[in-house]
Amino acid sequence: MSAGYNFGFMDEHAKKEVRRAILKAIAIPGYQVPYSSREMPMGRGFGTGGLQITLSLIGADETLKVIDQGSDDSVNAVNLRQFVELTCPGVNTTTHLNEATLIQSRHRIPEVPLTPEQVLVLQVPYPDPLVVVEPSEDKRKIMHGEADYARLLVKLYEDIVKFDEITISHRYPTRINGHYVIDPSPIPRWDVPKLNDSSALILFGAGREKKIYAVPPHTKAEPLAFDDVPFRVESFNDAAGNRRPCERCAATDSFLDEYINEDGSKRYQCSDSDYCDSTLKNSLLKNGVLANTKEAAHA
Amino acid sequence: MRKILEVRNLSKIYGKGCPRCIESTGPEQETNMCPYCGSVVAIHDVSFDLHAGEILGLMGESGSGKSTVVKNLYFDQAPSDGVARFFEADAAHEMFQLNAAQQRRLRNQRFGMVYQNPHLGLNFGISSGGNIAERLLMSDVSHYGEIRARAKELLSRTEVLLSRMDESPAAFSGGMQQRVQIAKALATNPPLLYLDEVTTGLDLSVQARILDLILEIQQERNTAMIVVTHDLGVIRLLTGRALVMKYGRVIESGLTDQILEDPQHAYTQRLVASAL
Repeated sequence: MSAGYNFGFMDEHAKKEVRRAILKAIAIPGYQVPYSSREMPMGRGFGTGGLQITLSLIGADETLKVIDQGSDDSVNAVNLRQFVELTCPGVNTTTHLNEATLIQSRHRIPEVPLTPEQVLVLQVPYPDPLVVVEPSEDKRKIMHGEADYARLLVKLYEDIVKFDEITISHRYPTRINGHYVIDPSPIPRWDVPKLNDSSALILFGAGREKKIYAVPPHTKAEPLAFDDVPFRVESFNDAAGNRRPCERCAATDSFLDEYINEDGSKRYQCSDSDYCDSTLKNSLLKNGVLANTKEAAHA
Repeated sequence: MRKILEVRNLSKIYGKGCPRCIESTGPEQETNMCPYCGSVVAIHDVSFDLHAGEILGLMGESGSGKSTVVKNLYFDQAPSDGVARFFEADAAHEMFQLNAAQQRRLRNQRFGMVYQNPHLGLNFGISSGGNIAERLLMSDVSHYGEIRARAKELLSRTEVLLSRMDESPAAFSGGMQQRVQIAKALATNPPLLYLDEVTTGLDLSVQARILDLILEIQQERNTAMIVVTHDLGVIRLLTGRALVMKYGRVIESGLTDQILEDPQHAYTQRLVASAL
C-alpha cells in the first residue's frame, strides 16, 4: 500500500536538506545544527525530529526497528513503524535488534552493543543542555562556542551539596569529543556510557526545536562530573545489596523497569523488550524447555 | 612597583556620535549629551596607570562616567575608543584586542568585580557556596572537595557564617550579600579587583567592617583595586591616588590627600567643601 505519497513522505528536497544537516552534525560532533523541521502528519513532540532523520536515510534495502522506552509495541513505536511501512514501500521492519540496520528510539539505547553497520536515531524533546541555566538562545550559542559550561557544573555542585550525589536521572549532560556538551535525549544514565566510543553512528533529531546533532562512531563522550565525584549509573540492587534480576528473563545486566503490582508490591523487568525476549529464549533453549524450531525464533 | 594596568584615551559614546560630540560636551558645557546628535558621551579621554597592590579611587557625581570606566575594563561593555593593557608577570594583554574567549578568561581568572547591587554580581538562584564554585569552575577547577574547601575558606575570610553557606544570597542581609560578592570576586585570587560603590546603601557600622575587610585583603594579597564611589570618606580611607570625574572627563587627578586637602578644580573644591 503506497498511499500516494513520495517515498519517505517528505519531498526529495526536504530529505536532502536533512541529510546535509546530518553531514554537518557528523563533521562537528555534538554541535546542534539548525534545520527547517517540516510539518509531519503528527504533533511535534511525538518524535518528528527522529522521524525526519529516519525518513531521509531510509532506502528500500533497509530494515527498521522502532523503540519506545525500550519496547517495540508501545503506542509511539507502533505508530511510527506503521507510518514508515505506509510511506516507504519495500522497507522491512523488525523488532529484533540484530536484524535492524536503522533503529529509531525514544528514551533508550538497546542493551546489546550496536554494530558499525547500524545507525541509531534518537528522538529529542530538548536539544540544548544549557537551557536550564540560560534562557537566551543567543547567549547559549556563545556559551557553546566558547565551551563555557561552568554554570552546568554549578548545577551538579548544588546537587551534591543538597543530596550528596548528582540527581540528574535522564538527559545527563555529556561532553562530546572534548568540546560541545549535548543533551543526549531522555535516555537514563544507564545508557550514557554507550555513547562513548560507540561502533554505530548515533543521530539526534529535535523536531520541535529544529536541531540535529550527532555522536559519530568511536567518538569520546564523557558525562560531566567532578574529579572526586565520578559519574555513576543507576543501581538495581535490593536492600541487601544484591543485584535484582529481571523477573521475566532473569538477566542481571540490563536496565530494569519497576512495576507496581495490584497488591502494592514491586516487580522488576527488563526495559529493553527485545533483549528480554532473546535472553528468555536462550535460557529456555539451554534448559531444553523450548525446542529449536521456527516458533522458538519468535518466542 | 610593577605596573599592572595602563589605560589610555578610553572613550565610550552611547548613540551614533557626530564630529561635534566631543567639543560640545564636558564639564565646561555642563552636559554629556551632544546637542547636535543626541549621543551621550559617557566617558572621553580617560587615561591612568595602576600598579600592583595600589588602590585607585574614581570619584564624581552620578552620571559622571566613573562606573562606565570600570564596566569597560571588566568587559561588561565595549568601549568606543581607547586602549587598555593588562600586564602579567610574563605577558601583556591588549585588553580590547582580545577575542571573546580570551576576555572571558581574564574576566574570570584575573579580575574580580564587586557591584553596588548584589543582584548583578551574584546568582540568587543558587547557594552562596555555589556562587563561589561558579567562578572556580570557570577557571577549570574540577575537584568537588577542593571547590568546597576553597569556598569555605573564602567565606570564613569574609566573615560569612559557614553554617549558612548553602543558603541562597537572597536570604542574607545587604552587608552579608556584599561579603559573599567579595568572596566570589576573590575566588581565583585575582591581581586586580574592581569595586563599584560597594558600601553605598549599607549602614555605617557595616560599611566600616567591609572597608576594613577590603584593606586587609589588599595588605594580605597585594591586590590592586579600582574603587568607584561618590563617598569622600571611602576615598580618603582606602585610596592612595584618585581621579575626579565630571561629565565623562577626568578633571583632576593625583594623590588622594593632595586632592582632598588642596583641590584645584572648582568642582572638586565644592565637592570637598560640601562633604567636610
